[in-house]
Amino acid sequence: MEVLLGITGKDFTIVAASKATMRGPTVLKSSDDKTRPLSKHTLMAYSGEAGDTVQFAEYVQANIQLYSKRNASELSPYEVSSFVRSELAKSLRSRNPYNVNLLLGGFDPITDKPELYWVDYLASSARVPYAAHGYAQYYCLSTLDKHHHPDISFEQGMKILRMCTDELKRRLPIDFKGVLVKVVTKDGIREEPYEDEKPVYAP
Amino acid sequence: MSGYDRALSVFSPDGHVFQVEYALEAVKRGTCAVAVKGNEIVVLGCEKKSAMKLQDTRITPSKIGLVDDHICLAFAGLNADARILIDKARLEAQSHRLTVEDPVSIEYITKYVAGVQQRYTQSGGVRPFGISTLIVGFDPGSKEARLYQTEPSGIYSAWKANAIGRSSKTVREFLERNHTDSLDRDGTIELTIKSLLEVVQTGAKNIEIAVMTPGNEVAYLQAEEIEKIVEKINTEKDAEAATRRGGRGGAAGPPSAQGQEQVLAERPAGAE
Repeated sequence: MEVLLGITGKDFTIVAASKATMRGPTVLKSSDDKTRPLSKHTLMAYSGEAGDTVQFAEYVQANIQLYSKRNASELSPYEVSSFVRSELAKSLRSRNPYNVNLLLGGFDPITDKPELYWVDYLASSARVPYAAHGYAQYYCLSTLDKHHHPDISFEQGMKILRMCTDELKRRLPIDFKGVLVKVVTKDGIREEPYEDEKPVYAP
Repeated sequence: MSGYDRALSVFSPDGHVFQVEYALEAVKRGTCAVAVKGNEIVVLGCEKKSAMKLQDTRITPSKIGLVDDHICLAFAGLNADARILIDKARLEAQSHRLTVEDPVSIEYITKYVAGVQQRYTQSGGVRPFGISTLIVGFDPGSKEARLYQTEPSGIYSAWKANAIGRSSKTVREFLERNHTDSLDRDGTIELTIKSLLEVVQTGAKNIEIAVMTPGNEVAYLQAEEIEKIVEKINTEKDAEAATRRGGRGGAAGPPSAQGQEQVLAERPAGAE
């Protein structure tokens, strides 16, 4: 029941990831950060097999940063997504593949455009305007289909995110302990405060 | 040379490893690099080779490299060797972050670099790195500057200010005379440029300056800024020389001025 959500807008990408660490039916922690900054303008949110996720995320993070140090240049979100996809593809064909699903949220400072990539453990990668992983897909894509537009402002983006998380709280049988929200803009990555306390009840 | 410099891991009867000493010779022929520590600042200065007419100086690699966000490395000696060594250092810096989730300390990466250099003096089929390095930066969470030097033999040492490369002795002696503890930002930059001017004849356009401060990215001084400081230093020198000439009939100048004069007289000899 891990939740990953991504929404792009006019000049930003919002990435939200559920805060619960779960093992079987047990919630171990309710303040987890399922994201890693890969570069100044690219953020990776991950879900999947515990252990695999962090291991893979940090491995990718170290390699992206090594690349930018070696070449004194930052990789664009698209380039990062290609690297991540190829690593997952390699892993998939190995003896013990990573079971990790990802959202890559970024902002390309050269083209001045927000970018979002949906990547799964089978190493499919797709550039999308909004995305969800796991059960969140069933509940949120319809809302996003209806309300999303490429030119939405940040406030509108947060409003749509609120609709999504409310719907998840309403429908998911297990509490995912709210979401951690991060935003990527031309200035880099920042955390956005997000009100999670209010209960939402199913009809 | 008498067969003892063939295999590099072989000692000569009097206890020398010749290949390592030749590497030090390569360092002496490399362009000069200076580093000066100040109060919450450390400055790297390099002599730039004057570029040929058609060379694109904007994208020609410099002698100052970034190992990690908080660590800068300058070298003297063989450029190509340095590239390999810096790459190894960068890899170690990231690998350290990955394994212990902390950036490397300056001492750690210095020890690593020196360790690599040492390994290349004792393994078969390789030759030593023909470079000395100055490694500067700030330990994570610390405001105190760090400055280390490594040599081809694998020796490393900590300094307040130091120079490597061509005429490094002249520059080091200058630094010994003029360095004081807790220099401020301008003072540190000025001392770096002043010491480089001891051996760089062509002045501002052949000097490269990198400035590091705690928690910030490394900043390279623009050519105009360096030019301005060089001009300031030159006018100060001229003024000093003028007062000395004026006061020749009376008492001798202050001791510091005397030191300055000696350096100026020494410069052409030291530069050759």
